[in-house]
Amino acid sequence: MRHLMSPLDFSVDELDRLLDLAGDIRQNPEKYAHICDGKILATCFYEPSTRTRLSFESAMMHLGGKVLGFASASSSSAAKGESVSDTIRMISCYADICAMRHPKEGAPMVAASKSTIPVINAGDGGHQHPTQTLTDLLTIRSLKGRLDHLTIGLCGDLKFGRTVHSLINALIRYPDISFTFISPEELRIPNYIREDVLEKNHIPFKEVIRLEDVIADLDLLYMTRVQRERFFNEEDYVRLKDFYILNKAKMELARKDMLVLHPLPRVNEISTEVDNDPRAVYFKQVQFGVYVRMALILTLLELA
Amino acid sequence: MLNVGKIEEGFVLDHIHAGKSLSIYHDLKLNQLDCTVAIIKNARSNKMGKKDILKVECDINMLDLDILGFIDHNITVNVIKDGVIVEKKTLVLPKEIRNVIKCNNPRCITSIEQELTHVFILTDPEKEIYRCKYCEEQYSEHDL
Repeated sequence: MRHLMSPLDFSVDELDRLLDLAGDIRQNPEKYAHICDGKILATCFYEPSTRTRLSFESAMMHLGGKVLGFASASSSSAAKGESVSDTIRMISCYADICAMRHPKEGAPMVAASKSTIPVINAGDGGHQHPTQTLTDLLTIRSLKGRLDHLTIGLCGDLKFGRTVHSLINALIRYPDISFTFISPEELRIPNYIREDVLEKNHIPFKEVIRLEDVIADLDLLYMTRVQRERFFNEEDYVRLKDFYILNKAKMELARKDMLVLHPLPRVNEISTEVDNDPRAVYFKQVQFGVYVRMALILTLLELA
Repeated sequence: MLNVGKIEEGFVLDHIHAGKSLSIYHDLKLNQLDCTVAIIKNARSNKMGKKDILKVECDINMLDLDILGFIDHNITVNVIKDGVIVEKKTLVLPKEIRNVIKCNNPRCITSIEQELTHVFILTDPEKEIYRCKYCEEQYSEHDL
């Protein structure tokens, strides 16, 4: 039995197979419409996340399966003080597979160690969010046609942004990848990513403050939100939240085939005037998220 | 010059950084053992200037010395049997440390799930970096 805790749990070959499967689901959804008949997905969400939870639920329903679960810690037995270890033992009796989101980092790993069903990390604090990374990879591969030979700009909160760290770790496994990090001084990528991941693997990267200076060189621009919940200090959040706003004027400096991705939800870092630009693919990304979660459920349930 | 007699069976931990012997005494949980322990502080050393030494008289299978490799792998460990040195142990960094250091990341699951074992994994032997198994937070010395 396998779990998914980090996007690096899959080798590049396994990832390719998963993305191929997601691609086939996209092309032939009817082939997969009843493959999970009689199966149940538990969505155990200890913190609110409309998008990820609904994406998992939609994925399971598109496969013919059913869904149960809770959407916040207050509506679960955690409010009574039950441990994650005990909760997953109970969930294992109710469902065939579990997607867990928890504000504490490593909680899904604790669950996986006690579980008798596959556990998917649906986000643990500021740590990992592997299904977002799988979504990003599927979006890039489907719309760019490749995961190699890319110059990727990552913009916004690069310090606390777990999707950014996961995506970097996943993309460096492909040839000829280079990064441009665009962030204010306070939200630069952490040292361990710079030293242990990028420098150690000889991945070219540069760090800049102004998006306008580099946008013309990018194949992809990955925008992120400055997240209130990652700050202990409200003042810092307020000061930094509007640092970058992508608008039509900045988009005019970009290549005709550059793609704009965003893990969503957006606050105001992408102006709505950009939404109709064909290069803005963040809503398509949401659809790819469902396909990749369908592929993941099938893979972990060993049905594909 | 202070003289401490030799031991029949046990360990002599030599070349401990001066001032560190008491914390090692606690890290090895020697306070929980009913055995003779000599703590020698600030002994003269040609190599180090000053050093600490710990002499522990006990069954040589009683102590788990893996943790010493984590605390300071330059410590010399002499294993004593029948009053003579039978082995000089080379300390290496343990691949995993369980329940010796605690994760200080307030966002880590170990901060709320009380019965969890605190596990740190050696992720970079060259830089001697340990990270929490659950949240991957890097260990820093004040966590010990």
